[in-house]
Amino acid sequence: MNMNYTADELAFRDEVRTFLEEKLPADIASKVKEGRRMSRDDHERWQQILVKQGWYATHWPEEYGGVKWTAVQKHIWDEESCRYGAPRSIPFGVNMVAPVIIKFGSEEQKQHYLPRILSGEDWWCQGYSEPGSGSDLASLKTRAVRDGDHYIVNGQKTWTTLGQHANMIFCLVRTNTEVKAQEGISFLLIDMNTPGVTVRPIITLDGEHEVNEVFFDDVKVPVENLVGDEDKGWTYAKYLLTYERTGLAGIGASKAALSHLKAIAGRQKKNGRPLIEDPTFAQRVAQVEIDLMAASISNLRIIASVEGGGVPGAESSMLKVRGTELRQAITDLSRRALGPYAQPFVEEELALEFEGDHLSDPDGAALSPQYFNMRKLSIFGGSNEIQKNIVTKMILGL
Amino acid sequence: MDFNLNEEQQMLQDTVARLVRGEYEFEKRLKYSESELGYSEEFWKQLGELGLCAVPFPEELGGFGGSGVDVQSVMTELGRGLCLEPYMQTVVLGGGLISQAGNNNQKEEWLSRIATGDIKIAVGLDEPQSHYNLNDVETRAEKSGSGYVLNGRKGVLIGGHAADLILVSARTSGDSRDADGLSLFAIDPNAEGVERRVYPTMDGAKGCDVFLNNVQVGADALIGEEGQAGAAIHYQTGRAVAALCAEAVGAMEEAIKLTLDYLKTRKQFGVPIGKFQVLQHRMVDMSSELEQARSMSILAASVANDDASDERDRILAAAKNVIGRAGQFIAEQSIQLHGGIGMTWEYSLAHYAKRLIMINHQFGDDDFHLEQYASLLQAS
Repeated sequence: MNMNYTADELAFRDEVRTFLEEKLPADIASKVKEGRRMSRDDHERWQQILVKQGWYATHWPEEYGGVKWTAVQKHIWDEESCRYGAPRSIPFGVNMVAPVIIKFGSEEQKQHYLPRILSGEDWWCQGYSEPGSGSDLASLKTRAVRDGDHYIVNGQKTWTTLGQHANMIFCLVRTNTEVKAQEGISFLLIDMNTPGVTVRPIITLDGEHEVNEVFFDDVKVPVENLVGDEDKGWTYAKYLLTYERTGLAGIGASKAALSHLKAIAGRQKKNGRPLIEDPTFAQRVAQVEIDLMAASISNLRIIASVEGGGVPGAESSMLKVRGTELRQAITDLSRRALGPYAQPFVEEELALEFEGDHLSDPDGAALSPQYFNMRKLSIFGGSNEIQKNIVTKMILGL
Repeated sequence: MDFNLNEEQQMLQDTVARLVRGEYEFEKRLKYSESELGYSEEFWKQLGELGLCAVPFPEELGGFGGSGVDVQSVMTELGRGLCLEPYMQTVVLGGGLISQAGNNNQKEEWLSRIATGDIKIAVGLDEPQSHYNLNDVETRAEKSGSGYVLNGRKGVLIGGHAADLILVSARTSGDSRDADGLSLFAIDPNAEGVERRVYPTMDGAKGCDVFLNNVQVGADALIGEEGQAGAAIHYQTGRAVAALCAEAVGAMEEAIKLTLDYLKTRKQFGVPIGKFQVLQHRMVDMSSELEQARSMSILAASVANDDASDERDRILAAAKNVIGRAGQFIAEQSIQLHGGIGMTWEYSLAHYAKRLIMINHQFGDDDFHLEQYASLLQAS
């Protein structure tokens, strides 16, 4: 039993820290730490800094411009970049469609798409969920019918995160209605600028425009945009989902959020003392911190077990449930820390450029909206109920 | 033992329910919320015309002589409609403070107009540092001539942006957080030195912070005895707590109804998702939280107008604690059971969830009331 980093890993951590100290733009870091709104430009600027460093594509082989990190190195990166307030990469291109293209795509697809992901020329979004297909993804209905050299696509996708910025969407489409639901699905890459594609915003309860509906009306997609074999898309989709879940526990992000909470509770007052010294509040914070400590070690245990480069299995489902519950608990406490001032919805303060007087805490305006926004964590990427079903089957054998 | 409303109370509740059903369908509410006023002037007028603003006041003042249970009946229905009008602030709290502490002139001047819906009141008791402790008051009122000069800041006055009259607590003596030395003043929102920073709130209402810079008021602005307002503030915020509990129950009932409908109609894996046991049990937990909340709302309403006592304080603290926890559980789980659709602006569920969470931030959250209760454990 040895829970310490090796000398090489410590050296890597120092390298990461130096890089973040020197290269992470201060304005982006404050937006991330304070939960303010990120612009498209913020994401793109940070992506180019990472690409230049060679640290953007951490799940790709080196021949395509990836970096060969061990599971521990990836973990160190996650922890440190969260701690410094680096934004999480938008995963749809680099961490979702790219691994699928690399594993199942044609040589032409690799040559065409991978460099465009690195350069930022393509911004990808994900076309999985449909209005009638959420947890039961395999029931999806968006239809792709072969017509000569094209597929004609009709249907609707929903909850498409940041689809308003995207020029490409990877979609699960139904190519065969005669077989079992899972066996008639294909994985299709669609240019969002094709006639017949319409994006409509969905405004969420916190007033944000993060997700969209995407409509396909007789959209012509060249057959060379099919990844792998027709009707085998479900296999590729499942492969992709394991990548999605790995990052969803968000332990590093929770640690950063907890330290932000403690800073706020240090500034807020109750009975003339800092709120963090109030016994009731301090106990609530302590409880979350203890649970996060445990989850963080669980996370390390999973990392150590996949150190060989494998993909974690159902353990990552357990950690997704725990991790998202913790993050939600932290946002609950952050909102509570403001007392009556959790009520005002001061949208103008969410911009970093805001120069007026803050209504309450300098970081206060984001706390209630974030609490509501973070309700998504237990819903997306496979709801926590679905994750528990996976654990029930895969680990417990029930 | 009878937990049913009597005939008059039932009629009252039906009246409000009909009004809310007619005027407050969800799309209309969104429009009210987005308007500059932030609520419906027309709806407010109707509350006045139907005598609903008169419910708690004595008959000699044009009131209905209503009990805590009558107020509960009104508030539950307003909660069901997510109504945005400042009924609790004006009628229950503002009117209550003037009734209890005001002199005859003040009562005559204001109460009859509250009862008809002719004026709206906002009440400023919180401050940036107070964190629900209403004795934690740094705003000061100094004697000046025959009147007072006020300086300080009052926080999160719901409805303060459009109020005709603002009531604020200010310290006339003692140190900050002393229970003694608090006084209550009526302020004209347009008086010199009064600045308002107006904002929308998370739950779709509007409010403001009020900055008082050398605001000169006459002796007639003082409500009650100088330095003695603590008791009235404590008592009347207790009535406000009972009203909020009732409002929360209305909102919880709707959130649960929407969620139950969804479980019956939303199909995944070929069956309505309500067939899945894990969701069934969650729905049962939500329903039993609602039952707990209902019980405590009834209890709170039944003691709201009792004479001040530790026992009344204990019950009101217990009620707000239960309501705070039940509200959060129901808000979070109703979103969870809906999935993504529960998080969208254009569907009503999320707005119920937001109101329930924000009720926990008005007059003390569940932690605050647990502490209040704990401090009274030996009182019975």
